[in-house]
Amino acid sequence: MANNLNIEVSPLARVEGHGDLIINVKDKKIEKLMFRIPESPRFFEAMLVGRKHDEPSHITSRICGICSVAHTCASIKATEKAMGIKPSQQTIKLRKLIYHHENVQSNVLHVYFLAAPDFFGVGSVIPLIETHPEVVNIALRVKKMANDMVRIIGGRAVHPIRTVAGGFTKLPTEEEMIKMKEMLEACYPDLEKSLEILRTLKIPEFERKTEYISISDTSDYALYDGNIKSTDGWEIDDQNYLDKINEKVVQHSTAKHCWASRDAFMVGALARFNNNHDKLTDNAKKYTEELGLVAPCYNTFMNNIAQFVEIVHSVDDSIRLIDEILEDGLDEGKAMADIKPGAGRGVGVVEAPRGLLIHDYTYNDKGRVEKANMIIPTGMNYANIEKDMHALVSTILDKSEDEIRLACEMLIRAYDPCISCSTHFLKVKLINK
Amino acid sequence: MNKPKVGVFGFTGCGGCQLEILNLEDQLLDLVNAIEIVHFTELVTEYSDTYEIALVEGSITTKHGVERIKKIGNIAKTIVAIGACAVTGGLNCLKNLYGPEKAKELVYGDKKDWIDSIEVKPIDAYVKVDYYARGCPPNRFEIVDIIRSLIVGRKPEIPNYPVCIECKRNGNTCVFELGITCMGPVSRAGCNSRCPNSVSGCEACRGVIDDPNVNAHKDLLSEYGLTVEDIMEGFNLYNACKGKTIEKRDK
Repeated sequence: MANNLNIEVSPLARVEGHGDLIINVKDKKIEKLMFRIPESPRFFEAMLVGRKHDEPSHITSRICGICSVAHTCASIKATEKAMGIKPSQQTIKLRKLIYHHENVQSNVLHVYFLAAPDFFGVGSVIPLIETHPEVVNIALRVKKMANDMVRIIGGRAVHPIRTVAGGFTKLPTEEEMIKMKEMLEACYPDLEKSLEILRTLKIPEFERKTEYISISDTSDYALYDGNIKSTDGWEIDDQNYLDKINEKVVQHSTAKHCWASRDAFMVGALARFNNNHDKLTDNAKKYTEELGLVAPCYNTFMNNIAQFVEIVHSVDDSIRLIDEILEDGLDEGKAMADIKPGAGRGVGVVEAPRGLLIHDYTYNDKGRVEKANMIIPTGMNYANIEKDMHALVSTILDKSEDEIRLACEMLIRAYDPCISCSTHFLKVKLINK
Repeated sequence: MNKPKVGVFGFTGCGGCQLEILNLEDQLLDLVNAIEIVHFTELVTEYSDTYEIALVEGSITTKHGVERIKKIGNIAKTIVAIGACAVTGGLNCLKNLYGPEKAKELVYGDKKDWIDSIEVKPIDAYVKVDYYARGCPPNRFEIVDIIRSLIVGRKPEIPNYPVCIECKRNGNTCVFELGITCMGPVSRAGCNSRCPNSVSGCEACRGVIDDPNVNAHKDLLSEYGLTVEDIMEGFNLYNACKGKTIEKRDK
């Protein structure tokens, strides 16, 4: 029906931010398709200049409330690298543990609160409280478990206090470690039930092959640390990210656009899965089979499924980490490494829930930040969202305006774009010319 | 009683305040039952023409933002600023220390003219704010308390005493003893001294109490070999916009 079509979506709800989508169709051809982020820029790269080495992690955590642990970790890794600070193994294990649970809470929020309403045909999670109480209750329980883990290790759920360059200002107690393990074990029935529910959802069929980039490690399903790896066959040390990842300012958006081997790439759970699926726990692998997630997967909508599989993996792997930490015994002496503030450059690369996150700091000889560069996952996904949208819209032009609009919103939501990093999201206005 | 229509609005910030509302896991369903959420970017797609209560997160940093907050001021009966960015301008104000042009140039280089960005201000620079849920992130239970108070028609109680009081009550070792700079003596409590509880200095994310004992704080700093400059850096983190306002209020 849509020979000519004008779609403006601004701001899109149920994504963590604001953004606009503009589609103009003329004679059944897409004339213009633009996904833009109109939200005010934050200028974090400027804010950091001149700050002391112990401040960037607290400042950059405020880039994103939903992935504040990721920004904190990328920041402290960059500072540690720049100043040659060596955190203890205990610190790294605790960081991996807190890291898992930011990813779990974020993935739960996205899969159950933000994406699920689309699959149940409602505007938000609120109607689901009446119609699908079990979905809402599972989501709240798992989310609380994950947030409590972050609270125990980091001191609070949003913007952790204890995770700092060098280690932890305060360690969890042994009792708290045991309690966390019990909390983790208690959530398996909810994961099983979620599996049953997710199996019934109809994931839209859509494929567009692109480049998938994530960090990768020889032993871990990498979230906290690793090389940068691409499905296009390259792998580089994280310090050398500039060898592959390019960034430019585009006029229609405050978020910079990125590219690597080709004109666009995808980061996030699906990219991590495509690169590292063999490092998932056996239990998580079982879930991938049950849900039909097979690597390499080129269906962006399956990102939601990959997010759920990561929840399972994180719960499994957290129990392993807690067992190891308890076996070694918590040691106050290993809580903080020695820090000698000084000059140097360091890059901290992690997997935020929404994908690759890069912090790059240069310190002067007074130990103050001289230059900072940060690349956020949604910035990296940006160009790919436009390409996906282009491919999707051209296949569904025969659908009604409402259907096209919903499909576009769902596709964008599948990316879980945490655009508060730079932006916020879409209200839909469709005008038929 | 009719459920009050509530809108949750986000301006420039990290979305963490809205997330803290979602993080009310145990109370979220009760809260959703007691109010009618008609707008919540992180949760709900719907909109409304009027609002009983507007919870506003984030600071105002663009011309477009100025228009939006004024519009919300016109259609909302009660405005509650949630989080440091809305209350004091928060960390976003660090940009002001550069002046907007310099900050644009640092981040966007020669493309800086493409960017809409004005001096960062808290929301009460543009609209009358009825209540403040302070902090970065805000205390989610305090947000619930404010909403509950508004529903039953009572004035919410927001602490106006220093963080030290909560910190002492929690039995913490004073972090000054550990060589850590802390804003606790002049900062507004209500967070249950969460940073000192984690052996970290208070960063005054809830702003300063109405009648701070600045001299006592200075004495304390000199006792531990620190200067006002040391502490101003920390204070600036969340209060760079409010410096003048606070000075005025102190007199």
